[in-house]
Amino acid sequence: MSAAHRAWLAAVSIAPIGAIASPAHDALRAAGPQAAHIADLWWLTLGVCAFVFVAVLAALAWALWRTPRSDAGTPADAAPAPAAEKRIGRRVTVAVTISSVLLIGLLIASVMTDRALAHLSLDDALHVQVTAHQWWWTVTYDDRQPERIFTTANELYVPVGRPVLVTLHSDDVIHSFWVPSLHGKKDLIPGRVATIQFRADQPGEYLGECAEFCGLQHAFMAFDVVALAPAQFEAWADAHRKPAAEPEDAAARRGRDLFLSGSCMLCHAIQGTSANAHKAPDLTHFASRARIGAGRLPNTPANLAAWIADPQKIKPGVNMPAHLIPGDDLGALVAYLGTLR
Amino acid sequence: MTKAMAIGVAGVIVLMSGCEREERDFDRTALRSNPRAQADGMADLQPGQPGRGMRPTASAGGYNPNSAYEVAQGKQWFRWYNCVGCHAQGGGAIGPALMDDKWIYGSTPDTIFATIVDGRPNGMPSFRGRIPEAQVWQLVAYVRSMSGLISPDVAPNRSDGMAGAPPEGRREPTRPDENKPK
Repeated sequence: MSAAHRAWLAAVSIAPIGAIASPAHDALRAAGPQAAHIADLWWLTLGVCAFVFVAVLAALAWALWRTPRSDAGTPADAAPAPAAEKRIGRRVTVAVTISSVLLIGLLIASVMTDRALAHLSLDDALHVQVTAHQWWWTVTYDDRQPERIFTTANELYVPVGRPVLVTLHSDDVIHSFWVPSLHGKKDLIPGRVATIQFRADQPGEYLGECAEFCGLQHAFMAFDVVALAPAQFEAWADAHRKPAAEPEDAAARRGRDLFLSGSCMLCHAIQGTSANAHKAPDLTHFASRARIGAGRLPNTPANLAAWIADPQKIKPGVNMPAHLIPGDDLGALVAYLGTLR
Repeated sequence: MTKAMAIGVAGVIVLMSGCEREERDFDRTALRSNPRAQADGMADLQPGQPGRGMRPTASAGGYNPNSAYEVAQGKQWFRWYNCVGCHAQGGGAIGPALMDDKWIYGSTPDTIFATIVDGRPNGMPSFRGRIPEAQVWQLVAYVRSMSGLISPDVAPNRSDGMAGAPPEGRREPTRPDENKPK
C-alpha cells in the first residue's frame, strides 16, 4: 500500500515538475511531532470509519439474508408483531448509542489533537516570517540583532530538533502554507497575520506548497523545506547573512553591470549591491537554490537563461517579463547569477 | 412551460456573453524586431545605476487599451516602478498631474511611450533599457486611463492602497488640451 501510495504521489504531484529528486511530501510519514499528531488522528479516523463501514455492510447483508422468503402461495401476514418491534427498537437504540459514542470519541480525539498541536514548546524557537505572493514565497529569518536578519525566497531551511515559529503574511490574495511532512495547512489571508509552529525531528528535504487556489500559476508555487543538523543550519545561516561576493571574472562583472543598470534591479534585490527592490525574489544567494520559479525548474544555467529570456513561456502570467536581449548579454547575466553562491 | 424555457435559454445566452470576455496573451514575444531607434534618451537622468541598460533585440507587446488585464498590470507597474514617487496617484507632486486634461508632451500612446522610454527635460528620467517594452505599453494604457482616455469598462476600478480620487473606471473622460502646458 505504501509503495502504491508513493507511486501515486509521484505520478500526480511530482511528474509535472520534471526530473527533480522528489523531496518528501507525505502527510502519513511524519517528520515531526505536529505531523505525527495529525497522522495519528488520521489513522484513528480511518480505523473508526472502516469499522463503521464494515459493520453497516454486515448489518445490511444480515438483514437481506434473514428477510422472510415468500412466493405466490404464501398467505398474507396480517398478524400484529409487538414482540419483534420491541426487539428492533432495542437494536436501533444500541446502534444509535454506538454511533454517538464513536462520533463523540472522534470529536474528543480532534480536540485533543488541536491541544497537542498548540502545546509544542517554543523555547528557543527559530522565528521566520513568510510572505506569500502570486506565485512565490519570501522567507525572512528574524533575529534580535537587526544586522543578523536576512531574507531568501522559495526555500525554508530549519534546524533539526528546534521548534520553528513561522509568521505568515499574504501580499495579494489568499494562499495556504502546507508542508505535509511537518504540519497541516494554514491559510494566509491578506491583511491578517497567522502563525504556524512545527519541529522537524529528522533531517531531510520536504516539499511545501500553496494549498489554496491563488490564480493561474497556483500549481507552481512550491518551496523546499530543508532540515539540517543545528551546526549545519548555523553555517548555512551565517553564509546567507553575508552580502553577495564581488564577481571575479569579466563576464560575471559585465553581468553584474547589466543587472544593475537594466531592468532586473527594479524588482530584485542583491545584498551588497545597489539592487534593493522587493517586488521579486531576493537573489543574494540565488545560485545555492535547487530550483527556480518557485519549484518550476531545476536551477541550471540553461534553464536560467530560458527563464530570463521568456518567463511567460515557462510560467504564463508570472510578473517577470520577457527579456529579448542579445545572447552574450544573456550569458553574462547567467554567469553573474551563477556566482551568487 | 415554453415561456419558462424561453426565459431559461435567454438567461443562458446572457451568461454566455460573459465567456472569453478577455483573452490574456502572455506569449507575445518578438512581434516586431527593433521597432524603436536605439538613440539615447532625451534625459540624462536614469533610475538605478548609470549604464547602457538592456538593449532588446526585439520588441514584445504593444498598446492594447481593450484588455482590463493589461491596464491593471500597468497600474501595478505604476506603483512598483515608483511612478507614484513623483506623480503621486495621478494628482502630481514633484512631477506633473496625470489625471487632468493637460499634456505637456502629448497624450497619444506613442508620445507617452516616448516620454517613459526617452525621458523628458526637467526631471522625467529615461527608462530605456530599464523597463521592458511590454510593460511600458501596459503603463501607457494605465496612464491614459487616469484621465478617462480609455473605455471605463476596461479601466481599473479597485486600488490596492488608499485613494482620494474616484477609481479610474469612474472618471469623466477628459478632452486632452495639448496647447495648454502645465
